[in-house]
Amino acid sequence: MSPHTDDVALSTTAERAAVVQAAGAQPDKDWVIVTRGLKREYDMGGEIVRALRGVDLAIRRNEYVAIMGPSGSGKSTFMNLIGCLDTPNAGEYWLSGELVSQKNDDELARVRNKEIGFVFQTFNLLPRASALHNVELPLVYAGIGSAERKERAMEALTKVQLDNRATHRPNELSGGQRQRVAIARALVNRPSILLADEPTGNLDSTTSEEIMKVFENLAETGQTVIMVTHEPDIAAHARRVVVLRDGLIASDERKENFTSKLGL
Amino acid sequence: MPFLESVRLALNTIRVQKLKSFFTLLGVMIGVMFLIAVVSIVQGMSNYVENDFAAKIIGVNTFTFRRRPNFNPNTTDDQWREFQRRPRIYAADVELVRSVQPVGNTSAIVNQSFIYASTIYARPRQAQVIATEASYFDIKKLNITSGRAFTAQEVSAGAKVIVIGTDIVERQFGELDPLGRQLRIGGMPYTVIGILEKQGSVFGFSLDRQAIVPWTTPVSRLIQPRGDLQSMIVQGPTREVMQDGIESAREVMRGVRHLPPGKVDNFALETEDSALAFFDGLKKQMIVFGTALPAIGLVVGAMVIMNIMLVAVAERTREIGIRKALGAKRSDILSQFLIEASTLSVIGAAIGIALGLAAAKVVSMLTPLPAAVAPWSIGMALVLGAGVGIVAGVYPASRAARLDPIAALRQE
Ligand SMILES: Nc1ncnc2c1ncn2[C@@H]1O[C@H](COP(=O)(O)OP(=O)(O)OP(=O)(O)O)[C@@H](O)[C@H]1O
Ligand SMILES: [Mg+2]
Repeated sequence: MSPHTDDVALSTTAERAAVVQAAGAQPDKDWVIVTRGLKREYDMGGEIVRALRGVDLAIRRNEYVAIMGPSGSGKSTFMNLIGCLDTPNAGEYWLSGELVSQKNDDELARVRNKEIGFVFQTFNLLPRASALHNVELPLVYAGIGSAERKERAMEALTKVQLDNRATHRPNELSGGQRQRVAIARALVNRPSILLADEPTGNLDSTTSEEIMKVFENLAETGQTVIMVTHEPDIAAHARRVVVLRDGLIASDERKENFTSKLGL
Repeated sequence: MPFLESVRLALNTIRVQKLKSFFTLLGVMIGVMFLIAVVSIVQGMSNYVENDFAAKIIGVNTFTFRRRPNFNPNTTDDQWREFQRRPRIYAADVELVRSVQPVGNTSAIVNQSFIYASTIYARPRQAQVIATEASYFDIKKLNITSGRAFTAQEVSAGAKVIVIGTDIVERQFGELDPLGRQLRIGGMPYTVIGILEKQGSVFGFSLDRQAIVPWTTPVSRLIQPRGDLQSMIVQGPTREVMQDGIESAREVMRGVRHLPPGKVDNFALETEDSALAFFDGLKKQMIVFGTALPAIGLVVGAMVIMNIMLVAVAERTREIGIRKALGAKRSDILSQFLIEASTLSVIGAAIGIALGLAAAKVVSMLTPLPAAVAPWSIGMALVLGAGVGIVAGVYPASRAARLDPIAALRQE
């Protein structure tokens, strides 16, 4: 039994309101992500683009969330903020009970390294490095010794069934394989959240299914997964769907029938 | 990121772009090459001057009393005119200086010049003729391998005897035994009575072309037509006694020439120090000249490396974005590029060292300049190489480190 079955009946809107209300207060440890009034604006030569206009969101540990919305609604901007690649203009962001929205560059680098695994639409692998070395990178910046690094990177590659491609360079791999290497890299440092911004956007439909299976298996084993997607059938894999529109949350629904769909 | 990881990464980059790296390194390579070559040659020269030259040419604990200094770098026209006006030195002056020398100091009159020496067996050739006294052999530690030196009696008698170096033996007598045979110096016949031990050469100048005769013989007139004396060499048992001798000589000469206090000496008392000072000056000039070129090379090298690193940062913006997204701190990126730049230039320096050593070797083989490698110069070249890399890398590396991860990732 999943720990969430009790909550299934609860409305996510009510939940959110409860968690997100008290600005400045530290949220319960069980909420891995809490954002309060998150804003991000871009100054385009005098014209202000409001990409996010105050996003309140709370995500529990072990949740599998899909983020949807039309193009330009702020999905990537939001992912970059919770991935600590970017900092908000206003609002709070708590990650695993830690306020990260006010951290400096180096602290954010540490959070990205330890807490976050990011999977990109364009894979973002180092072209000249082998699959194994690509997967090792987060461990290099975590200061882990070469032998342990290799072992853990190999382990992560095995999880995505690419242990037999460890010495291949990205250009010697198919798109699906590249994305699996990227997933292995995102997982290798055992992050508390796995973020994916349109991970299947560059893949054909069969390969997309393959990659979605990987995410689904990870979610089943208890990995917190947040994924941006345009496609409803991909979002259908997730247990909760958040829709953004014009930089605000338009809807936030947990699927009642989700557990039955998984056959639990 | 660990240091070795960064070096490995840098080597990888260099391996991938061999040709580009080579051109990047050219400046540093040439700079270091010249540096090593020049330092080796200067070092070899000064080793030689300090160890061999002073003892062989000047003599240990000696000073020379003469009309004008022998080792005087950069003589000005005014100085030269003053030298010309100086009174000549005559036998009476020499005797006076000799009379005030401390006990234990030995001395010898020396008139020397290059004069043609000839025999009936060979073409005339120039010899370094030294017209002197019997004590000269002791002062200069000259050993006789066959025959003998001339004696004080022969000097007072004006005997036309001669002691010659091995070069003269070979050239003028060939296979013949020169002892007892005639050697003409400036046309005047001398009888060979001794042969000097082979001494080798200093800066390509053979010391075995010496021909030593009593100063009382007619050759002195050829060297000093006015009948004055060229110089007197004085040797003390110790440095201190020699210094005493110099002071006494100065005092008595200033007295006899009525020089008021404040007026400079109108004669020269030279020690090996003045010769060494002369060479020190020469050495400094060589180092200034010899390091200006490498310095330019290194500056150019630094600029090239900086440029290449800026290009590398621009080309690898996405890589930097990826690394930052995976948790690389500013310092990680900074050190990655700094280490890359200095690995590049240290490799350039290492190649430059090898080339410089080879160049020094070639110079010492083809010219009389001896070359000796100074170990410190190799260390310095490596440090300099790393320094050039770091200096050249700072700006590009800090630009890389400051990149915004999202903007960097977005770059194609
Ligand atoms: N670096 C930027 N500079 C200026 N404006 C930006 C920047 N990044 C995003 N924006 C703007 O912010 C808004 C949200 O962009 P964002 O990339 O988050 O949208 P998205 O929901 O991910 O869209 P898509 O589905 O097309 O990927 C857009 O209007 C976009 O033009
Ligand atoms: Mg997007």
